[in-house]
Amino acid sequence: MKHGLLLHETVDDVSVAVADLKKGATVGVMTLEGKKAGSIKLLDNVPLGHKVAMRALSKDKPVIKYGRPVGKAVKAISRGAWVHTHNVKTLRWTV
Amino acid sequence: MINPKNLKLTGYRRADGRFGVRNHVIILPVDDISNAAAEGVASLIKGTMALPHAYGRLQFGEDLELTFRTLAGTGRNPNIAACIVIGIEPKWTERIVKEIRKTGKPVEGFSIERNGDLKTIEAASRKAKEFVQYATELQREPFPISKLVMSTKCGESDTTTGLSSCPTVGRVFERLTKVGATMIFGETSELTGGEDIIQSRCVNPKVLAGFNAMFEDYTKLIKSQGVDLLGSQPTEGNIRGGLTTIEEKAMGNIQKIGRCKVQSALEPAMEPKGKGLHFMDSSSAAAEMITLCAAGGSVVHYFPTGQGNVIGNPICPVIKLSGNPLTLETMSEHIDVDVTGILRMEMTLDQAADHALEVLQSTINGRLTAAEALRHDEFVLTKLYRSA
Repeated sequence: MKHGLLLHETVDDVSVAVADLKKGATVGVMTLEGKKAGSIKLLDNVPLGHKVAMRALSKDKPVIKYGRPVGKAVKAISRGAWVHTHNVKTLRWTV
Repeated sequence: MINPKNLKLTGYRRADGRFGVRNHVIILPVDDISNAAAEGVASLIKGTMALPHAYGRLQFGEDLELTFRTLAGTGRNPNIAACIVIGIEPKWTERIVKEIRKTGKPVEGFSIERNGDLKTIEAASRKAKEFVQYATELQREPFPISKLVMSTKCGESDTTTGLSSCPTVGRVFERLTKVGATMIFGETSELTGGEDIIQSRCVNPKVLAGFNAMFEDYTKLIKSQGVDLLGSQPTEGNIRGGLTTIEEKAMGNIQKIGRCKVQSALEPAMEPKGKGLHFMDSSSAAAEMITLCAAGGSVVHYFPTGQGNVIGNPICPVIKLSGNPLTLETMSEHIDVDVTGILRMEMTLDQAADHALEVLQSTINGRLTAAEALRHDEFVLTKLYRSA
């Protein structure tokens, strides 16, 4: 398997790990259509199913997945960082 | 690519013209008081199945109507050959019997007051034995895919459900729409963050208004109960699997309707009228939701799961699909359709849909799903509010 990350839409801010990925590894990204979408150096360990930032995201920026906002960054996130409940929250309700 | 029109399906033709893919004889308690008698009958008569549940007393208003509709709908489901109904008193028992009788299938009611459990069990068992001998003479016959009524709900979602198992169901549903089948989806709360997509799919303003009213009702309820849902929506299982927000979860879930339009907005446990995909206002709790779909006439159910939901239903076979390699590795006995190949880019979505259709065909024709084989018979009524 040449890739480790899957992207729903090419505009997405985050891709999904399809295996447990290690901090420091450079991982290939593929879109669901089978197109190569570059590669990313990981800043954290990222478990299967968890997300990686495709680019730097500033605090309060809406995070794009499926081509639309699915949450907002609650702190600045670097490209290659693990993205989850510690740095992204819902836009829906105040938490 | 498999066209569902070419599937060879066999089922039991019922008196009302609908087709069932199973041939159950059920002992249905109206209320929790009658569970013991129902189980008594089921333990005496081979080939019957009791559906004990926790409610049926001191309910009122819409909550009571929903319980009646769900119980009657369960008996009406085409997977049921015949039905015994047992309640504490005759009036509510007869109400449910009457609704089931409208389908033309054999149904009989018994009540415990002035008889006692033991006499009730005896009388009901004599009838149940007749029903079982009637049911076991029935034969399957071929039926067209356009007569299929099925449902979908996903559970224990993670990011793989959005990437693989949900889009697989979506692709199948697009094909099923073209051949005139009927499908139900729901989980009102799970749409939060993606409800605009559902709105855009409603086929006319009436359907849109119906959907909006249901969705707003749910939003009002959340606000009135206090808002920090983190931990219950997404759930701890979702979070462990990588889902971060309800919007992300909703987008993954919505993949399972593909590009289908929404033909109607159904109240919980209502039977859809007409072909295509219908939305049913329903809980996102798996057992509740499938129970409602079965009460709405669904005879088979697609259940995409990420982390590994193990739920089943006593009358509606539940087909589990998963694209999570860890789940396939550690919980394989629960999964019927493996779509992990999508994540490995070894399987296209169309190929996954073909595989899912093959499993649908064999399940319809009698092959037990994992949940059926593992005795997952969860039957759970939806409660709208406290009883009196």
